[in-house]
Amino acid sequence: MSIAHHKESRLVPRLLIGLAVALTLLMVVAPLAFIFWSAFSRGWNVYVSNILHPVTLHAIWLTTLVALIVVPLNVAFGVAAAWAVARFKFPGRGLVLTAIEIPFSVSPIIAGICYLLLYGRQGLLGPWLMEHEMQVLFALPGIVLVTMFVTSPFVAREVLPLMQAQGSEQEQAAVTLGANGWQIFRRVTLPNIRWALLYGAVLCTARAVGEFGGVSVVSGNIRGQTNTLPLHVELLFNDLNAVGAFAAASTLTVIALVALVVKSVLESRRHQA
Amino acid sequence: MTAAAPIRAKRVLPGFTLSLGTTLLYLTVVILIPVLALVLKGADIGPQRFWAIVTSARALAAFQVTLTAALIATLFNALYGLLMAWVLVRYEFPGRRLLDALMDIPFALPTAVAGLSLTALFSANGWFGQFLAPLGLAPVYTIWGVAIAMAFTSVPFVVRTVQPVLEDLDPAYEQAARTLGASDWAIFRRVVFPQILPAFLAGVTISFARSLGEFGAIVFIAGNLPFKTEIASLLAFIRLEEYDYQGAAAIALVLLMFAVVLLVISNRLQAWAARYRGQA
Repeated sequence: MSIAHHKESRLVPRLLIGLAVALTLLMVVAPLAFIFWSAFSRGWNVYVSNILHPVTLHAIWLTTLVALIVVPLNVAFGVAAAWAVARFKFPGRGLVLTAIEIPFSVSPIIAGICYLLLYGRQGLLGPWLMEHEMQVLFALPGIVLVTMFVTSPFVAREVLPLMQAQGSEQEQAAVTLGANGWQIFRRVTLPNIRWALLYGAVLCTARAVGEFGGVSVVSGNIRGQTNTLPLHVELLFNDLNAVGAFAAASTLTVIALVALVVKSVLESRRHQA
Repeated sequence: MTAAAPIRAKRVLPGFTLSLGTTLLYLTVVILIPVLALVLKGADIGPQRFWAIVTSARALAAFQVTLTAALIATLFNALYGLLMAWVLVRYEFPGRRLLDALMDIPFALPTAVAGLSLTALFSANGWFGQFLAPLGLAPVYTIWGVAIAMAFTSVPFVVRTVQPVLEDLDPAYEQAARTLGASDWAIFRRVVFPQILPAFLAGVTISFARSLGEFGAIVFIAGNLPFKTEIASLLAFIRLEEYDYQGAAAIALVLLMFAVVLLVISNRLQAWAARYRGQA
């Protein structure tokens, strides 16, 4: 009886681990490996010339620019939101928490439609914008705003629970010692939350760089002007230039992989701290 | 007494006005006003026209495709996610940490990239398609393709909600069950599963919500045939390109309502899961 039980308990884990590994190879590893396999299928030279194509380079630059604008704003928002919600009690606190989470559950395409209905020609602010000759949609501001919408929970979601768990005793002690607000934040709060903050910023960057649905609504897909890298992938795919599409996609994949490596390093730091 | 504490805290720490002001400004400009624009546009349509738009044959077909594919994807991910969480927490084996890290890939990989790769993998000359085609299976441009794209992009959710709960489980209950002579399967079904159920359901809900909202990966693989593989968010997008703003707003509002309801459900489930963990 006990021998049979022992046999069963060794067989089951092996079967389950085998199944888990097999499914992950099919579901996750194959799509990932296939990107690089396709991107390099015509050799290194074709790959390099695909990447160095002016339109692709412009898409890379635009995506970088969007991330450079969005991520710092998002970090500032995340810290402010975490400070307000974790350190103070005020009426409507629960509502603020829910509002922060909304973009996480709303499809990016809906976000794009919201922006179009607000800033578009028939939108609420459309006529006013036309009068003042300001272009939001089909231009950089629209892309930035939608990306801000989609990525807004990322930093707050990492920093907020940490600040709640840590409590405010240290900061209160700093106040009694005569520190001002900025000194408290820089010397007490920031060192405590730095890994979570960086972790949130990394997730936010990965998401900002890869944003597709929302941006595709508001960008207008103008080649060489408002085409971000993920949109460019779709454009090349629709042009039936699969190798080019995979080359552009491979740069996004590298960014995603770097973000994951940084994330796991930060996670182990956080556990040590 | 309890009411006095927050007032004191408010006085002790600086930066209340600045931080809350920044937060509210950002939320208002970036999230609330745009969402309000959608709601106002929806209210503008009028109930009769709204109903006519969302119950038109093409819209109903799109909702049906979206829901069916999301259900298939979520069912798969419920089982796969549970398996992954169990294997990653309970067994020690070479490559476990790598397997754990791989679970984050669908989250980090841009959806357009995932869609491109899945489409090529499953097309007739791709790695998977070449084996499936002789069997008469061609998921690209079918609802199965939509489900595959949804399943890929929502892989991490069940794993990452169940994993921490499974790690925190008190082994005493399982040991007690074992000394009472329960089999491994009985222990899992009667002792472990009830404890992880709230977190599992929360993960399943989030996974389903994510599948309903997915767009980037699907437009590549679906072929986007009206009445067959056209998902609801794509139909809203098409209405926009036709300058039919009312049509787009109505469909987007229905999707927004789905998202909000699922958000509320998953928050409730997560609060339930947190209570469960507190007791254990």
